[in-house]
Amino acid sequence: MDQRLTSRAEKKSQQADPPGQISAGKARGTSSVIGLLVKIVALGTIIGLAVMLTPALISTQQWGFLAVIWGVVIVLAVTYASRRFVPAKYLVPGTLLLVLFVVYPILMTFQLSTTNYGDGTRTTKEVTVSRIIGNAAQQVQGARTFELSVGSEGTATSGPYTFLLVDTATNDVFAGTPDGLSELDPGAVPIEGGTITAAEGFTLLDRRQINEFSQQGGDLEGFAVPTDDGVITAQGFSAVELFSPLEYDEAADTITNVETGVEYTPVQSGDRKFFTSADGERLSDQSWGENVGMNNYVRAFTDPRISSDFVGIFIWTLVFAVLSVGTTFALGLFLATVLNDARVRGQRAYRSILLLPYAIPGFIALLVWSSFFNSEFGLINNLLNLDINWLGNPFWAKVAVLMANLWLGFPYMFLVCTGALQAIPSDYKEAASLDGATGWTNFSKITFPLLLVAIAPLLVSAFAFNFNNFNAIFLLTEGGPFSPDNPTAGGTDILISYTYRLAFGGGAQQIGFASAISVILFIITGVLAALQFRATRALEEVG
Amino acid sequence: MRTRTTRTTVRSFAVVASVSFLLTGCSGGGGETTSADTTATTAAAPAAGESAAPAVRGDEDLIIWAEPPRVEYIQKIADVFAEENGITVGVQGIVNPRQEFITANSAGNGPDVIAGAHDWIGQLVQNGAVDPLQLSPDDLAGYSETAVDASTYESQLYALPYMVESVALYCNTEYAPDTYASIEDVVAAGQPAVDAGTLDLPLILQQGELGDAYHMQPLFTSAGGYIFGRDAEGNYDPTDLGLNKPESIAAAEKIASLGETGADTIRRSISSDNYLSLFTEGRAACMVSGPWALPDVQEALGENYSIQPVPGFAGMQPAQPFMGSQGFMVASSGENKAFAQEFVANGVNNEEAMQILFEASNQPPAMVSVREGVTDEDVLTFATAADQGAPMPALPAMAEVFAPLGQAWSAIVGGADPTETMNQTSETISQAIAGQ
Repeated sequence: MDQRLTSRAEKKSQQADPPGQISAGKARGTSSVIGLLVKIVALGTIIGLAVMLTPALISTQQWGFLAVIWGVVIVLAVTYASRRFVPAKYLVPGTLLLVLFVVYPILMTFQLSTTNYGDGTRTTKEVTVSRIIGNAAQQVQGARTFELSVGSEGTATSGPYTFLLVDTATNDVFAGTPDGLSELDPGAVPIEGGTITAAEGFTLLDRRQINEFSQQGGDLEGFAVPTDDGVITAQGFSAVELFSPLEYDEAADTITNVETGVEYTPVQSGDRKFFTSADGERLSDQSWGENVGMNNYVRAFTDPRISSDFVGIFIWTLVFAVLSVGTTFALGLFLATVLNDARVRGQRAYRSILLLPYAIPGFIALLVWSSFFNSEFGLINNLLNLDINWLGNPFWAKVAVLMANLWLGFPYMFLVCTGALQAIPSDYKEAASLDGATGWTNFSKITFPLLLVAIAPLLVSAFAFNFNNFNAIFLLTEGGPFSPDNPTAGGTDILISYTYRLAFGGGAQQIGFASAISVILFIITGVLAALQFRATRALEEVG
Repeated sequence: MRTRTTRTTVRSFAVVASVSFLLTGCSGGGGETTSADTTATTAAAPAAGESAAPAVRGDEDLIIWAEPPRVEYIQKIADVFAEENGITVGVQGIVNPRQEFITANSAGNGPDVIAGAHDWIGQLVQNGAVDPLQLSPDDLAGYSETAVDASTYESQLYALPYMVESVALYCNTEYAPDTYASIEDVVAAGQPAVDAGTLDLPLILQQGELGDAYHMQPLFTSAGGYIFGRDAEGNYDPTDLGLNKPESIAAAEKIASLGETGADTIRRSISSDNYLSLFTEGRAACMVSGPWALPDVQEALGENYSIQPVPGFAGMQPAQPFMGSQGFMVASSGENKAFAQEFVANGVNNEEAMQILFEASNQPPAMVSVREGVTDEDVLTFATAADQGAPMPALPAMAEVFAPLGQAWSAIVGGADPTETMNQTSETISQAIAGQ
């Protein structure tokens, strides 16, 4: 949890610093020429870059990005080239970065959530149809195989091309073009190492050239020689006679197996379509990408598998986040308060030791904790002579997760509490003591409220973080334990680990659906955080 | 939550990112402008434009992606092929190559050849990421039948197998010196030492709290259970889910008898985290595990170990562990398909290349003639164990099986009712497959 929070804390403190207006004013006087040069170079570079990118974007027809890039360039040029818009000079970079790193990913996620993108739907329908037909191509009984040379009637790069083939079984030689196969005179073509090495009227291609021209868009891509039994196509530097029983009729949108006569038409199944026969047999597991509108959201709210577990998991997620923040804050604050007392000797040593869990990478710590909780061989049961099935019992698994998270999280709270405590002027306490306040009254009436003013925003972000603390759950329990009647929702699953399993399961990726869940989680977390910030504003008024 | 971006978005992202670099350079002052400019140019260049994607294709004439530990020996045959064809061949080690490959291939910047396990094939075909290989039956006659069976999906060959693997039974010869005909004999061999307190348990079969369907498979099949049936052509049939069939329920009951409320041999406290240390520390007589455990076992026990195929239950069927086959596949959108097809169909598909692969990897070869020259008994045992196994189904539906079935084993080992558990699990899995 910690790095994100620290960086947020740092940002906060940076924002709190007043911008150095005086020094900036001075600098403007002395180095205005350099400033101007820098400005010109920078703006020039930006415009130059936009110009440079424009042809590439036009050629790939990315109009949206072309518009965005030139929009950004115009905004920057207007803002920095003129002497007006001084506030904008400070706001524009931050706003653009916000758009880039926050708004843009959210929009992309939302866009993805309206598609069925995932395993089996990564390709377009056109590609899917050609793959299905291609994957059905087989060498029929008695199919011939050939050693392949490719000849060009013009220069090597111009074509037209001809397959010069040597039958591997009979050593008969053939010339093959898209028009058909014709036999060559064996005496006319020299054969070396099984392949034709020269032919009258042809320039022979070397292997590199064959490879190059077979690439996407090359003249040899999809080059096929029709025969009575199918087609001869290249397989590397050999050629085989293949036959695919499948044919696609674009007008009727059906794939027909010409051997069996079975027709396959697209039939909707879940969020995608499969080519399916009249009696329900699927031709292939391959489907294709489509826009599905709001269907992923509808599914998230109506799928009985999800809705039946959702409430319970949502409550546990709240409990987990609240208790994680509560326990770490309580322990951190307690230790910070105790060690903040000037009478404690060796403060530094204690503090260093208490920060140790913070210094160990969370991934490793969680995996080690997971082995501590082993019921038979784990450290905790062995040391304390307990017989608790920590990770196998839903209640104890929850306790185990909270314990490990407490260990991981308290040093951070200890750290920020120590800092906040030291920032509270000691005069307040002395004044209260003079008025007769005891230690506890002092703490609860003076120190704690003042501390909360500084800490409350961090508690909110810690809550938001723990609400989506995937690592703590997944590395410790993987969401388990599970009961056999419901292997999708485990005893310690929080929303994020639960939806991760739903979306990615064992291996099948439903990225469109996962994006929809992400958007929903984003909204839930955002609403909760907004409510909490509203609550903390009340605190500040107290302070 | 991870979201994967399409090629367009990735490229666009690079373009927008380049603007942001400039912004940074602009607000940071003149000194940074040059470096920011360079970064932006690289990021926006069309060839390297997908810099935001984690795995990026190298620029050799032929690119092979493989899991990092396999790069070393694949590079050896790649070098031979490179020399024969006068081209450069690059072997890139990719963490999680299966997903990276699917993503990169659909974005058009993937490798030409992918080296991977046969059980990826279903998902790769589902995503249109690999092309079938057109090899003649003569070509395939030289390979172990199980390996060819494993590499065949929907009656098409998609991978050229070079290596096979499966679990076998390791025994610590100090406590279990013999070859055992049944799993009961294995347990009986270690039991006296357990009773005397010198061992913790007679047999390690890792399950953990979430269960482990992979390691349970030998016992499940021996007791008569099955996951997917096969159709007339020998392809696994996703509509024939066997988990709630009487024979599978009987098998679950047999497994329950070894669980915590039965003989207490199979325990949830033994997981992938601690199985190996328990065995190497000499706290168990035998262990079901794969060749990956061998180096640690050799180091800890020296000569005092033996390996044999996992035996079945006494008087029941032979145990059929999940067999895995490593092979080379041709990417559907590779840039250099001709070289890729040549590499798989001729470059690797010969005894010399397979011999090189074996010598460099010391893993059970898929080619039968290479096995004849193998003298390492452990390698031969693992090869035999793999041949006796059944290929792990490569169906995409299999992805919906592992987690729920594992959880079912965990529950059954912990004392849950086998009939009820298997029925519920079967119901869950068939629903998940239908919703796929």
